[in-house]
Amino acid sequence: MKASIAWLKSLCPTDLSVEDIASRLTMAGLEVEGLELASKACSNIVVGEILQVRPHPESNKLKICKVTDGSFIHQVVCGAHNVKEGLKAPFAQVGAVIGDTFEISQVKIRDVESSGMLCGADELGLSDERHGLMELPIDTPVGTNFEILVDLPDQIIELDLTPNRGDCLSIRGLARELGVLSDTIVEIVSCTPVSAKCETTYPVILSEPKGCPRYVGRVIEKIDVTQQTPLWIVERLRRSGIRSIDSIVDITNYVMLELGQPLHAFDFDQLAGAIDVRMSRTDETIVLLDGKTLCLTDDVLVVADQEKVLGLAGIMGGEDSRISSKTETIFLESAFFDPFIIAGKARRFGLHTDASARFERGVDFQLAEVASERATSLIVEICGGKPGPIIITENTSELPKTFVVELTRERIQQQLKIVLPDERICSILKTLGFKVEIVADGFRCVVPSWRFDVSIEQDLIEEVARIFGYNNLPTTMPAQTLNMIKAAESETPLIRLKHYLVDQDIQEVITYSFVDPKIQSLLGDSSEVIRLANPIASNLAEMRRSLIPGLVEAVRYNVNRQSTRVRLFETGQCFVKQGDSIDQSERIGIALYGLSGPAHFNDDKSVDFFDIKGIVEGLSQLNGGPAFDWKAADHPALAPGQTASLSLNGEMQGHVGRLHPRLAREFDLPKSLLLADFALNPILDGRVTAFKAISRYPKVIRDLSVVVDEEISWQQILNAIDSLSDERIQAIELFDVYRGAGVRQGQQSMALSLTLQDPNRTLDESAIQELVDQTVWVLKDQIGAELRG
Amino acid sequence: MDDLQSIKREALLLIESSDSLSQLDEVRVKFLGKKGSISGQTKLMGQLSASERPKVGARINVVRDLVSESLDLKKIALELSAESLSIARNAIDVTRPGSPACVGGLHPVTHTLERLNKLFGSLGYSVATGPEIEDDWHNFEALNIPSHHPARAMHDTFYFDDGRVLRTHTSPVQIRTMVGENPPIRIVAPGRVYRCDSDLTHTPMFHQIEGLVVDRDISFADLKGTVITFLNRFFEAEMDVRFRPSYFPFTEPSAEVDMQCVMCRGSGCRVCSHTGWLEVMGCGMVHPKVFENTGVDTSTYTGFAFGMGIERLAMLRYGIGDLRLFYESDLQFLKQFHG
Repeated sequence: MKASIAWLKSLCPTDLSVEDIASRLTMAGLEVEGLELASKACSNIVVGEILQVRPHPESNKLKICKVTDGSFIHQVVCGAHNVKEGLKAPFAQVGAVIGDTFEISQVKIRDVESSGMLCGADELGLSDERHGLMELPIDTPVGTNFEILVDLPDQIIELDLTPNRGDCLSIRGLARELGVLSDTIVEIVSCTPVSAKCETTYPVILSEPKGCPRYVGRVIEKIDVTQQTPLWIVERLRRSGIRSIDSIVDITNYVMLELGQPLHAFDFDQLAGAIDVRMSRTDETIVLLDGKTLCLTDDVLVVADQEKVLGLAGIMGGEDSRISSKTETIFLESAFFDPFIIAGKARRFGLHTDASARFERGVDFQLAEVASERATSLIVEICGGKPGPIIITENTSELPKTFVVELTRERIQQQLKIVLPDERICSILKTLGFKVEIVADGFRCVVPSWRFDVSIEQDLIEEVARIFGYNNLPTTMPAQTLNMIKAAESETPLIRLKHYLVDQDIQEVITYSFVDPKIQSLLGDSSEVIRLANPIASNLAEMRRSLIPGLVEAVRYNVNRQSTRVRLFETGQCFVKQGDSIDQSERIGIALYGLSGPAHFNDDKSVDFFDIKGIVEGLSQLNGGPAFDWKAADHPALAPGQTASLSLNGEMQGHVGRLHPRLAREFDLPKSLLLADFALNPILDGRVTAFKAISRYPKVIRDLSVVVDEEISWQQILNAIDSLSDERIQAIELFDVYRGAGVRQGQQSMALSLTLQDPNRTLDESAIQELVDQTVWVLKDQIGAELRG
Repeated sequence: MDDLQSIKREALLLIESSDSLSQLDEVRVKFLGKKGSISGQTKLMGQLSASERPKVGARINVVRDLVSESLDLKKIALELSAESLSIARNAIDVTRPGSPACVGGLHPVTHTLERLNKLFGSLGYSVATGPEIEDDWHNFEALNIPSHHPARAMHDTFYFDDGRVLRTHTSPVQIRTMVGENPPIRIVAPGRVYRCDSDLTHTPMFHQIEGLVVDRDISFADLKGTVITFLNRFFEAEMDVRFRPSYFPFTEPSAEVDMQCVMCRGSGCRVCSHTGWLEVMGCGMVHPKVFENTGVDTSTYTGFAFGMGIERLAMLRYGIGDLRLFYESDLQFLKQFHG
């Protein structure tokens, strides 16, 4: 909200500087976001009248004018399109300064003397648009000091009000607040009732008293809507960020800004039958003031007559009943609409209006009548007309409750750690408009009708704290009983995993949790995917099912920026629909692209499956838990034959593999990209070490080379040897795989080394030979392995 | 006799003139080997009389010992010079670059988060987490933000067709914690949050950390103390901090916290829009409605909560000027943050 300081000071006559006002409001919770001048700085500007206009001999566009400032007549050369005899405009005399630097001096314009300047509103900083000379009302006395005429100099404060402080969306509300903050007595806006000059009334029905428990109407006949809005109202509206439209709209806007009560004026002759404030009916339509046609559902509060919807209550009026230049009689609405009924509707229709902003935050429910009187008196003063009697229709039982809240001294002391004298608390609350009664253990407070945000004791504590000043309150650290944390040793902290990956030369990234649906479907299973109803962009429309899309995009981003070796990881929630619920457990993803080691230090070997497998195995070993089962598998994003699934106790955890060559081409990634994506939790949940006695006897290592069919996997060899269940075979390692000369087509030679150790004795040669023989036998028996010659 | 003396002279001369270990070894074989000339002298002793034999034997031994000792000394000398030669040959330019440091790095958000966890951990806060796709109750209703509440307009919410939302703040974790645990509660809840907003200073996803303390006799003064201490520790400086009344539906009283600008130390600069102050977090005393919604006994317990943007803290801490860098995954940016 924007507010003119001059207007504010007219109700709250404080001597504080603008900066002090801004700072006090801000520190009381009414944040001042900006300060600006209401005009360019100017001096020596008076109201001038153009007495005579003559053509300029050297120019078609320029005119030579005789201008009076009330005392003297000056010759002024002027190029404005609207210059004409009899026009009154701001006249900057010789010696006047506009802005910080522009000084008006006696000049010759195309050989013609010019003493002073006739000004446009834009030239004085009163408008952003150029409309020629600023035309002042014809009855403005010539020679009047222009700054006094339009209340300059003035500054505009821009407030960013929180939604609870709807009561400050008016100059009166701000003045009330500033009064408390500056110890100033606030002036009362004069709203003396305007007596009826005609008998005309109009029936009003409140069919939805919950939504509209009070409706104040008034007929004003024989008005002249063509009357110009007085300059002082136009200027106050402008400084509040509202354009002048016509005198009736300007007056209703003015009263809204002044008092906080939105008003609406209907063309009385367009009303057909009683006004009815009711809920809309499904498929009813209305053409709004902004020309938009709305089709309504059955849950919008509307103001209607017996034939049509006249407007969306508290949001915007309709085109049919708007004031036109032909309007002679108006029906003025000043109502209380319930915040809960209005709230959300403006947003639904994309109609954020000054009225809806106020109604959905709460408008003082005792204000409707006062505001109606204020508007009536201004209308009569400016547009003439005969007001009828005020028509109040209400259902008092549906009006908001007046809250009575008790504030105890103990609570203040407990929450704020201060002891304030009763008088201080009373004075803070009373100046804010509360009725306060001191009772045994504190204060009994009646909440004023404009404070929709106060209903419990904590709200009053905030009021006291806010006015006392948050920064004047004591500061302590919480007293707490020391308690030791629970530290589950079987859980590996996530940061340990991250450090491990960082130490493997891998960089952490964080990518968006929503991804491009096209990329997600290219890179994986897109079933059970969760789509946003209102994505911010079409390429951020789907929740990620895995970390692969984000990582591939991140690799691509860097490859496009001359990186040739990119190693990334990410951890985070991924999202898969599971019936009505959503699995959103954490996953971990790794992407390795380009050379396996730093350039020139590793024979320029590209990353391969076993590089990433080693890293994943290392990760899963950090917690001492069971290792993943690796199985050859298929994955839509990964190359067949270089893809493994990871499972644990039969449950699928994820995949590791090389990006499919087809996708590598599509993503323009010429080097090999290895990817891993699997569930994080299993590698965080490990076990606490259970010590096993170590053997004091020597280890023996025996190497074997066996020839098996190509289809036989290393895992099958391990499984075969494991089936011996001999604890003396401590480790089996693969150290070479060979195919080619000396090994038959379709077969491979695998060289493995056995580590043998007996917990209780030194293995003698015959025991060793027996173990080796058993191993060879079981390999032959189970997978047809032959010892290589 | 003369032979022995000439053998000795010859041996010593040859030893002296040897300039390699192999040459020296040849000398050793020539004199001390089985067929060497000193061994030859010993063999000749058989022709001597029994009375002469011990004297001659002793003289031969003296010569053998002398030659042997000289050989050893020469060997040591030669070895030393070979070593120093090899050392000289292996001298390197120590100013040449080292083998590339093979280490990645943590994302600055993780860095910041770790610091936050450590600082609050030292006060006994534990880390709590929650789902990012939330239901309306946890994200709004339970936090005293009913539907159509104007405060919902403060959150540009991402919705799903089933009515669920992407959490707009980490505050739902407060709710989950209070529903699931009994006071005393001291948690921080870090994580991703989402707002349907994207421009120079907003990304549709960012990180927040939420703090919650619920115990007997927790006061606004405790909140102030915790926040001020935290900011001083995090920025490792005594910062001017101010509390401004504000509004959050789930706290009452509520405050915005401004900190002296870390860039200009309060004198006014571009970062603080020339105000000298930076808005760093929102906080307040837990609203009784929130306690009611989560089953915390308001007659016994009070509490405070605070929430802040992690990127914002990281930007101020490391002087990062552009929020969008956090999510571009550009290695030139990320590599600046150490492991």
